[in-house]
Amino acid sequence: MSEKKFIPKSKFGQWFDSRLPLLTLSHHLSDYPTPKNLNYWWTFGGILTFCLIVQIVTGLVLAMHYVAHVDHAFESVEHIMRDVNYGWLIRYVHANGSSMFFLAVYIHIFRALFYGSYKSPREIIWIIGMLIYILMMATAFMGYVLPWGQMSFWAATVITNLFSAIPLIGESVVTWLWGGYAVDNPTLTRFYSLHYLMPFLIFGLVVLHIWALHIPGNNNPVGIDIKKPSKDTVPFSPYIVVKDLYALIIFLIIFAGIVFFVPNILSHPDNYIKANPMVTPTHIVPEWYLLPFYAILRAVPSKLGGVVVMFASLFILMFLPWLDTSKIRSAVFRPLYKIFFWILVIDVIILGYIGANPPEGLYLLVGRIATIYYFVHFILIMPILGFKEKTIPLPISISDPVLSNQARTISNR
Amino acid sequence: MLKKIKNIIKILFVYSFIMIFANNSIAAESLDLLKNKWSFEGLFGTFDRGSLRRGYQVYNEVCSSCHSIELLSYRNLSENGGPEFSLEDAKNIAASFEIIDGPNSDGEMFARPGRLSDKFIKPYPNVQAAKAANGGAYPPDMSVLVKARQGGANYIYSILLGYEEPPEDFKLEDGVYYNKYMPGHNIKMPNILSDGLLDYADGTEATTQQMAKDIAAFLTWASEPSLEARHKIGFKIILYLIILAGLVYLSMKKLWSRIESK
Amino acid sequence: MNSSYTILATIIVLLFVFLYLSWVIVSNKIIDNENNKEIGKRRDFLFTASYALGAVGVGVSVWPLIDQMNPDASVKALATTEVDISKVEQGKTITVLWRGKPVFIRKRTKEEINEAQSVKLEELKDPQKDQERVKKAEWLVMVGVCTHLGCVPLGNKGDFNGWFCPCHGSHYDTSGRIRKGPAPTNLEIPRYEFVDNNTIKIG
Repeated sequence: MSEKKFIPKSKFGQWFDSRLPLLTLSHHLSDYPTPKNLNYWWTFGGILTFCLIVQIVTGLVLAMHYVAHVDHAFESVEHIMRDVNYGWLIRYVHANGSSMFFLAVYIHIFRALFYGSYKSPREIIWIIGMLIYILMMATAFMGYVLPWGQMSFWAATVITNLFSAIPLIGESVVTWLWGGYAVDNPTLTRFYSLHYLMPFLIFGLVVLHIWALHIPGNNNPVGIDIKKPSKDTVPFSPYIVVKDLYALIIFLIIFAGIVFFVPNILSHPDNYIKANPMVTPTHIVPEWYLLPFYAILRAVPSKLGGVVVMFASLFILMFLPWLDTSKIRSAVFRPLYKIFFWILVIDVIILGYIGANPPEGLYLLVGRIATIYYFVHFILIMPILGFKEKTIPLPISISDPVLSNQARTISNR
Repeated sequence: MLKKIKNIIKILFVYSFIMIFANNSIAAESLDLLKNKWSFEGLFGTFDRGSLRRGYQVYNEVCSSCHSIELLSYRNLSENGGPEFSLEDAKNIAASFEIIDGPNSDGEMFARPGRLSDKFIKPYPNVQAAKAANGGAYPPDMSVLVKARQGGANYIYSILLGYEEPPEDFKLEDGVYYNKYMPGHNIKMPNILSDGLLDYADGTEATTQQMAKDIAAFLTWASEPSLEARHKIGFKIILYLIILAGLVYLSMKKLWSRIESK
Repeated sequence: MNSSYTILATIIVLLFVFLYLSWVIVSNKIIDNENNKEIGKRRDFLFTASYALGAVGVGVSVWPLIDQMNPDASVKALATTEVDISKVEQGKTITVLWRGKPVFIRKRTKEEINEAQSVKLEELKDPQKDQERVKKAEWLVMVGVCTHLGCVPLGNKGDFNGWFCPCHGSHYDTSGRIRKGPAPTNLEIPRYEFVDNNTIKIG
C-alpha cells in the first residue's frame, strides 16, 4: 500500500515526526482505507482491544489490593469486595470482563472462519491471532486460580497434572510447575507473576496482529480484493471509528447487564469456598470458555491421548489456511461450506455443553462423536470441499453489488 | 433487509440454543428447592431492613455458637445497604463481645470489649477446633455462604425448613440427620429452628418460617453487601448507555449517508 | 478526598481538551471532504452531543479507578484510637500508634508546664501559646514525627528540655515547639478528646 508522504501541520509536529513518526502513524491509522461493506461482525476487533485494555486497567488496580499468599488470597479478594472503594465493581468487571473477552474472541474467530479471513495473504495474521488466543486461555486459567477458591485450587491441580502425561519427564515437569509436591503457595505466587505478565505479551502480539493486517488490508464480507480504493473503501476515521464505537456501546450494555445484575451467573458457587486440599468438589468444571477443550480432553480414554488430542484441536487451527483448499474466501459464495460452518458452530456448542457435565454415559458418547466430527471437519471436509464444491460466481467488485439488483441480496450491510 | 432479518434469526437461534443448554447444566446440579419471594431479587431488588435486623438477631442468638462469619466487621451493621443499625447500636453490639487483643507492653494477650473496627468474633479459634466440637463436621463460615451454594438464599431457606423423617429405605448414620434439600440428604447439623425459639426485638412473631426467611436475608446481605448500590448504579449506567447508543447510532447514520449516496 | 477531586477535575479537563481537538479534526475532515460548511454545522450538534455524553461516561468510569486508591473502609475504621492513660506517671511519656504514626502522650511536671507557658512568643519560629496546644495542661498529646523530614524525635533530650531529632538536629521544647534546627513548624497536635479522665480518644 503506497501512501503520499504526510507532512504535519505545525513546525513542532514536523520536528517531532521526523524523529519519531508518531504523527505519521496516527495519520495512517486515521486515513487507513477500509472496505466500505464491512458488517457488524467486523466490529469485534475493536471490541477486543477495548476488552484487553479494560482487563489490564482493572487488573492493575486489583493488584494494588490483592495478596498472593495461600493464607490471605481469598480474604484479600473479599477485602476488595467489601472495603475497597468500588472494589466490588472493579472485581466484577475484571471477572466478567474475562468472559466478555472470550465471547468477543469466539465471535471474532468464527467471523474469520466464515469469511475466509485466514486465507492467503492473511495467514500470518491468523497465526498471530491463534497465539493471542492461546495466551488468553493461559492468562484466564492462571487468573482464575488467584482467588484461591475450591475451583481455583482444583482446576490448577487437574490442569497442571495433565503434564504428567508426558512420557519420561512428565512427573518432573509437574513438580517444576508446582514448585512443590502439590499446588500450594509457590504455585500461587508464580501464577500471579505470569498472570500479570501475559496480558502485556498479548498486547505486543495485538500490535503485530494489526500491523500484519494493515499490509494486505481488511477482508470483507464478499471476500474479494479491493480493486479501486477510492470507490470501494472509506477512511477508517470517522466512518469505521463511529461504527466500532456503536457496536462497542451495545456490547457494553450486555457487559453492564451482567456486571450489575447477575455478576455471578457465569461463575461456579464452589469458588466461594476457600481452597481445601483435603476435599475435592463433586464436579470440577472450568469457566465456560474452556469447556469445549475440557470435553475433548475427557473424550479420549487415555490420559496422554487426551492431552495430545486437546492440544491438537488447538494447533490444527493454525494450519487452517492450508487445510482449506478453496480458492473462494467468503462463505457467502460457498453454499456447501456455509452449511458445514454452522454444523461446526453447533458441534463446538455441543462440546461446551458436554464439558459442563460428568464424562459418563450418553454425555461421554456424544462428546466422543463431537470430538471426532471436529477433526473430521478440519482434516477431511475442509480440504475436500475446496475441490468438490460448486461456488456461486463472485461479483466484479465491492461497489458493484450495490448497483445490480441480483447482487443486492448477496451483500451484507 | 431480508438478509438482516435472517442474520438476527440465526443469532437468536444460536443464543437460545446456548441458553437452553446453560440452563440445563445448571438445573442438573440443583435439587428442587423451596422458593420464597425475596425483596432483593430482580433488577430493582433491595433489602428489607427489618428482615436484616431480625436476621442478625437469629445469627447472634442461634447460629453464632457454631458458625463463624469472620469476614464481616461490626461496623458493617451500621453501613448503608445493610441492616443499618444506628452507629450507637452497632457500637453497643460490638462492645457486647470480648475481643482478644495484644500483646500489651508486658507481652501478654488481653481481653477488651469489641469495637466497630473489629471483625465478628468466631465461636472456635480454628477449623480443627470447630470440627472437634461438632462430631468431625465443620460448620461452614457464613460470610459468603449464600454465594457458595447453588440456589443461594433459597438453599439456606430450604435447608432450615427441610428436616423430616427419612424414608423407609434410607439408611441414616449416627449423629447425622435427614434433610430433604441437602445434596445427599445427610446433614450433621440438627434441626435448630423451632417456633418461638427467640423473641424478636421488633415484636414480630418468631415462627420457624419467619426465622428461616430472616436469616436467609441476613446471610444474603452478608455475602453481597454491595447489592443495593450495584442495582442502583447499574440501572443508571444501562439507561445512560442506551441513550448514548441512540445518539451514536444517529451520528453514524448521518456520517454514512454521504457514503451511501456516492 | 481533596487530592483525588483535583486529579479527577484535571482528568476531565484534559478529556475535554482531547475531545475538542479530535472534534476539530473530525469536523475539519468532513468540511474538507464536502466543501460545504452549512451542512457541517448542522451535523456538528449531533456530534457534539454524542461527544459530551461520551465524555461524561468516560469521566464516571474513571472515578472508581481513582477512588479505589483512597483509604478503604477498613483503614478508615482504624482512624481513631482510644488510649488508657491511667498508668502514665508524672514526667513520663508513652508512645502509641495512630494511623501508622507514633503519638507521644506525656504527663508533664509542674516545672515543664511553667517553662512551656513562660516562653515569649517572639522567640518562637512557629509562635503558638502552650495553652493552644493542650486541653489539660498536664497532658501533652503530639504526633511524634519531626516536621522537617519525618524522623521520630527522641524524648528527654535536646537543649530545651523536650525532644531532639537526631536526623538533622531539631530541638523541641516542653510544649513540643520547634526552638532550634531546620524543622519549620511545631510538632503536630492531632485531634483528640478526653473520653473520661483515664481515656483519650485520638482521631
